[in-house]
Amino acid sequence: MADDTGIRIDIRKRWNWREFFFQWEWLLVLIFLGVHVVNSFLSPYYLNLDTFISTPSTFLDKSFIVFPMMFVIVLGMIDISVGSIVALSAVIMAVSFNAGLPMPAAMLLCLAVATTAGMINGFLITKFKELSSVIVTLSTMIIYRGIAYIILGDQASGRFPEWYSFLGWGRLFGLPFVVVCFILCAVIFGLILHKTRFGRSVFGMGNNGLTCRYSGINTDRITFLVFMITGFMAGLTALFLTSRMGSTRPNVAQGYELEVIAMVVLGGVSTTGGVGRIAGPILAIFIIGFLGYGMGLANIQAPAVLVVIGLLLILSVLAMRVRFKIRKKSAAV
Amino acid sequence: MAARKFVLNENLRELGLLMFIIALSAGVQARNPVFLTVSNLTSLFTNTAILAILAVGMTLVLITRGIDLSIGATIAFAGMVSSLTVAAYPTISPALSLLQGTLIGAFIGSIIGLLVARFNVLPIIATLGLMNIVRGLTFMVSGGKWVSSYQMSTGFKAIATGKTLGLNNLVVIAILVYALAWYFMNHTRTGRRIYAVGSNPEAAAISGIPKKRLVFLAYALMGALAGLAGVLWVAKFASAQGDTAMGYELQVIAACILGGVSISGGVGRLSGLILGTVLLGILNNALPLINVSPFWQMGIQGITVLAAVLTNVMVKRNTDRNALRRRAI
Amino acid sequence: MSNNDESESLLELRHITKIFPGVKALDEVHFELRRGEIHGLMGENGAGKSTFIKIITGVHSPEAGEIILDGKPVEFKTPVEAQKAGVAAIYQHVTCYPDLTVAENIFMGHEKTSGFMKRIDWKATHAEAQRLLDQLDAKFSSYERMGGLSVARQQIVEIAKALSTQARIIIMDEPTAALTQHESEELYRITEGLREGGVSVIFISHRMEDIQRLADRVTVFRDARYIGTWPIGEISQDKLIVAMVGREISKMFPKRHIRLGEEVLRVENLTRVGFFRDVSFTLRRGEILALTGLVGAGRTEVCESIYGVFPWDAGRVFVAGKPATVRTPMDALALGIGYLPEDRQKQGLILDWAIGKNITLPSLGKYSRLGWMDEKAENAAAGTLTEKLSVKTKSIFTRASAMSGGNQQKVVVAKILTNELKVIILDEPTKGVDVAAKAAIYEIIGDLAEQGYGVILVSSEMPEVLELSDRIVVMKEGRVTACLDTAATNQEEILHAAMVIDVAHDSAARSGEAYHGRA
Repeated sequence: MADDTGIRIDIRKRWNWREFFFQWEWLLVLIFLGVHVVNSFLSPYYLNLDTFISTPSTFLDKSFIVFPMMFVIVLGMIDISVGSIVALSAVIMAVSFNAGLPMPAAMLLCLAVATTAGMINGFLITKFKELSSVIVTLSTMIIYRGIAYIILGDQASGRFPEWYSFLGWGRLFGLPFVVVCFILCAVIFGLILHKTRFGRSVFGMGNNGLTCRYSGINTDRITFLVFMITGFMAGLTALFLTSRMGSTRPNVAQGYELEVIAMVVLGGVSTTGGVGRIAGPILAIFIIGFLGYGMGLANIQAPAVLVVIGLLLILSVLAMRVRFKIRKKSAAV
Repeated sequence: MAARKFVLNENLRELGLLMFIIALSAGVQARNPVFLTVSNLTSLFTNTAILAILAVGMTLVLITRGIDLSIGATIAFAGMVSSLTVAAYPTISPALSLLQGTLIGAFIGSIIGLLVARFNVLPIIATLGLMNIVRGLTFMVSGGKWVSSYQMSTGFKAIATGKTLGLNNLVVIAILVYALAWYFMNHTRTGRRIYAVGSNPEAAAISGIPKKRLVFLAYALMGALAGLAGVLWVAKFASAQGDTAMGYELQVIAACILGGVSISGGVGRLSGLILGTVLLGILNNALPLINVSPFWQMGIQGITVLAAVLTNVMVKRNTDRNALRRRAI
Repeated sequence: MSNNDESESLLELRHITKIFPGVKALDEVHFELRRGEIHGLMGENGAGKSTFIKIITGVHSPEAGEIILDGKPVEFKTPVEAQKAGVAAIYQHVTCYPDLTVAENIFMGHEKTSGFMKRIDWKATHAEAQRLLDQLDAKFSSYERMGGLSVARQQIVEIAKALSTQARIIIMDEPTAALTQHESEELYRITEGLREGGVSVIFISHRMEDIQRLADRVTVFRDARYIGTWPIGEISQDKLIVAMVGREISKMFPKRHIRLGEEVLRVENLTRVGFFRDVSFTLRRGEILALTGLVGAGRTEVCESIYGVFPWDAGRVFVAGKPATVRTPMDALALGIGYLPEDRQKQGLILDWAIGKNITLPSLGKYSRLGWMDEKAENAAAGTLTEKLSVKTKSIFTRASAMSGGNQQKVVVAKILTNELKVIILDEPTKGVDVAAKAAIYEIIGDLAEQGYGVILVSSEMPEVLELSDRIVVMKEGRVTACLDTAATNQEEILHAAMVIDVAHDSAARSGEAYHGRA
C-alpha cells in the first residue's frame, strides 16, 4: 500500500502561532519587566542606563556556571559540586600565587584544577552508571571543599597583583569586563546547544539515552565532556569571583549550586531532562540578579533573597508541571 | 519451623565495619591513650548523639529512594525559633521546647513530603529549594542576631548537659529515638511497607500499598527528627545562629552510606546505621587526638563516603556477574 | 492422571474481547477452568495469552464478554479485587521485594499482626511462612533474603504467597522459561501438589514437555482467537503445533529472486556468558537470514552483541571477511552494521522529537561540518528518506509520538538507512503494527535485499520467516538448534527446533552442525 501519489513532504519549518506564544520565555520576560517596575518604585534613581550596565557585574560571576549546568540538567542529571570546585580552584590559585607562581600561570592552574575536578565527576558518573549524578557529585562536593580546607585551613589568601582586579572591576568598550565575557559565553553556549552536533546529542540523551546509545552516539564521551566543561566554567567563575573579592577562603561560593540550579530551572529547563532553551536561563539570571539588587535597594536583608530564590525554584518546577499537563491536554484535542 | 540462622554473608558488611572501627580505635589508642578514657568516650557519644538521631530520619528517606538536603536548615530554624521562645518566656518547660522544635521540623518535612509524593518534584530539587527558604527564614526570624547562652534558661540548656540515669540526656534521647525507630521499622506494617516501596515501587503498587502516603511520612519523620535535633543542637552549644548546622546534611548522609543504607532504596538497618554513625563520630573525635588538623576532617569524610559507595557498586557487580555465570546456558 | 474430567467449572470466560488502540488483542475468546485441574495454555508470541492473564487478574478490563466465577458473573476492576476473589498470578519476571526476607515477601500487604497496636507478629509470620514453604517441600528458610535466591526459589516463594492469600486459581506465566531441567522437575512436583490440594492452575508455557508432563487439558490461542481445548491424552504433539501455527500462509509477497553475493558477515562460536553460547552463522550480500525461536531464546541478545550494545565474551565476528572488533554501536556502524532495535519506542525513537530529527540521529556526523549542524542538508535527507519509505506524514516536523506504530517503524528504518551499511539487522520489525504497515515493511525488507544489503530478520512470526527469508537459524535457550534452508522446510520443523530439541547436551557438535548445515 505504498503511497506513490507524489506528495512532496514538507521539509521547511512552518511558523506556528500557538507554539510561538506558548513559550515559557514570555512569562520570564513579564517577570523580568515586573522586577524592574517594582525596583523603579523603590528607588527614584533606579531607572538609568548605568544601573543596567554596572549592576550585572555584581551578580554575573556565578552565571558562568549556569550555562554548563543547563547542559547537565538537559542531560537529566545534576551537579551539586560546582560551588566546591569554585572554592578549590580559587584556593589553589591563591596559594600557588603566594608561593611564587606568576599570576598568569596561577590563573591557568585554577582553570586546570577546576577542569580536572569536572573530569573526575564525569569519569565517576560514566564508569559507575549504577550511581546517580546526585550521589557522585555529593561526595565530590565534600571532597573538593575538604581539599580546599586542607590547603588553606580557615584562612584567607589574596594580595593579588593590581591588574588582576580588572577581571572583576574593569571595563571593556564601556561595558564591565564580566558583562563582555558573559555575553561571549552566552553566545558560545547558545550556539553549541542549539546549532551543533554536540548540543543535539545532549538534547537527545536527555530525552532518551537508550535510543541515543542504539543510534551510535558516544553517550559516555558526551556526559564526560559536559561535566568537564562544567568544571572549567566553575574555574572561570573562581577567577572572576576572586578578582572581585580580592582574596579567597575555602568557604567561598557556598550554596552556588543551589542558585545556579534555581536559575536553570526557572529558565524553563525541565529537571527530567531533554527540554530547555538558552534564552530561559539567561533571563532567569537577570531576574534573580535584579531581584536581589532591588531587595537591596529596599533594605531587605540578604536572607530574604535566599527565601525568594528557594520559592522561585519550587514554584517554577510546579508551574512547569502544570504547563506540561495543559500542553498534553491541548495536544490531545 | 526453621530457626533464624546467622547468615554470615548478610552480616558481612556490618562485621567489616565493626572490625574497621576496632582497628581504627586501636590505632588511635596507640597514638594517644586519652582516646579510650571514660571522659573522652562520653564526649564522643554526646557529640555523636545528634548525628545518630538525624541518621535515622535520613535512613527512612533514603530507603524510599529519596534524599533530603534541607535538614541543616531545618535544624537551624527549629533551634532558632525554640531558643527565641525560651529567651522570651524563660519559664517554658524544656519538654515544651522539644515538642515545639519537633513540630516545626515535622511541618517543614511535610511540605517536602507533599512536594515529592504528591507533586512528583525530584527530591533533590524540592529539598534544595526548601533548604534555602528555611535557611533564609532562620536569618529573618532572628534578625541576623544570635541567641546566646545568657538568654537561655538553665532548664533549656540542661536538655543537653543534664543527665538521666547517669547518662547524658542527648545520649538518652538518641537511645529513645533508636528504640522507637527499631520498633517502627521492624515491627509495624507501615515501617516494613516503607522498605517495600523502596525495594520495588511497581510491585508495591500492584499489592495496593499506598506509596505516596509512605513517602510523605518518611519526609515528615525526617523533618520531625531534624526539628528535635535543632533544639538539642542549640541547647548543646548554648547558642543559636543563622548559620547553625550549615552543610550538616552531608555528614548525616555520609553516616547513612557508611552504615550500609543503600542510596538506590530498600536497604538500611539500624545496626549498620549505629556503626556508621559511630565510625563518623570516631573520625571526628579522634583526628584532633592524633594531631591531624581539623581541616582534614571534611576531606577524609568525603573520601570515606566515596569509597563506601564505590565498594558497594563493585560488590554488586561481582554478585551479578556470578549470578550470570550460574545460569545454565 | 486425573479423574476430574466431569468436575464442575470454577472459572469461565466467555466471548472476551479486548481492544488496544489499533489492535484487537483478544477476539471473542473462551476459556473454562475446572476445579482442581492443571490447564495448559499455549500459543505463539502475540497470540493474546498475556492480555488474557491480565484480564483474569484485573489489570485490564475487557471491552466485551463476561467472567463467571463459581457460577456467578464477576468483574475485577483492580488487581486487588481479583486477589480477594482468590486469583493469583506468578509472572515470569518475578515481582518481588529483593531486599526483604522470604517471609515478608509472602505476607507483604496482608501482614500477620497481633495485639491492639497491630504490631507485626514475626513469630507467627515466620512460622506460617515456613509451614507454606514446607508444604511446597522448599529447602530454604523463611529468613532468607529474597534477592539472594535463585529464580526457581523466588517462584516457590511467589507460589507460597499465592497460597497465603487462599488463592483457588493460580496462573503461572511461563514459569519454566528461566529454570533448569532439575528446577523444572521441582516445579512440576509442586504444581501437582497444588492440584492435589484442590487448587486450579492455569499453566502457560511454550515448552511441549511442560504441557505433556503436567496439564490435564490444554487450550490453544492463535492470533487473538480461541482455537480449541483438548484433554491432553487426546492430542499429539504434532497436532498441537499445527493448532498453534496452522494459519494459511498467504503467498502475498512471493520471495524475490535475488542473486546472492559474497559473504558480508560471519559469526563464529559467539558467546556471551549467561545469555547465549556458541552461536555461528554466515550472511551474504542480498540474503535475508531469519533468526527465529521463542522469546527469550537469545536472539535479540546475539544481535545486540553483534551491534556492540553488550559486547560478546568469546567467539569471532568477520565483516566482509575481515575479523572485526565491536565494543560499541559506533564500532558497528563504522563497520557497516546497522540494527533496528526490538523496542522501537524505548530504543528506536525519541518520541518527543520530530521525525526528521529522529531520522538523522544516527548520522549527525554526516550532516554537520566541524560539529556544526547543516540543518538544510539534514532536513533534505530526512525528507527524501521519508518519501522513499512512504512514511505517511505531511511534514518531517511531525512528532514521532503522533504517528502510528507502522509509521514509527518506518522512521526507525529510515534512521538506519542514513548510514553506509553492509548488514542490516531488523529485530521484530513488524511487532505491533497493523496489516497494511506490515505489508509495507515486507516490501522494504525485500528492497533492502535487492539493493545488496545482507539482512538479518529476527522474528517469531512463522509466515514472515517462511515468506521472506532465504535461510533460517533457529535458537532455543541461548543456542542454535537448527539452520534450515527456507525452500526445504516448513513451520513444523522450525517449531520443533524452537520448542522441542534438547540443547543441553553435546552443544558443540550441534552448533557445529548448524553452522556447516544446509546452507
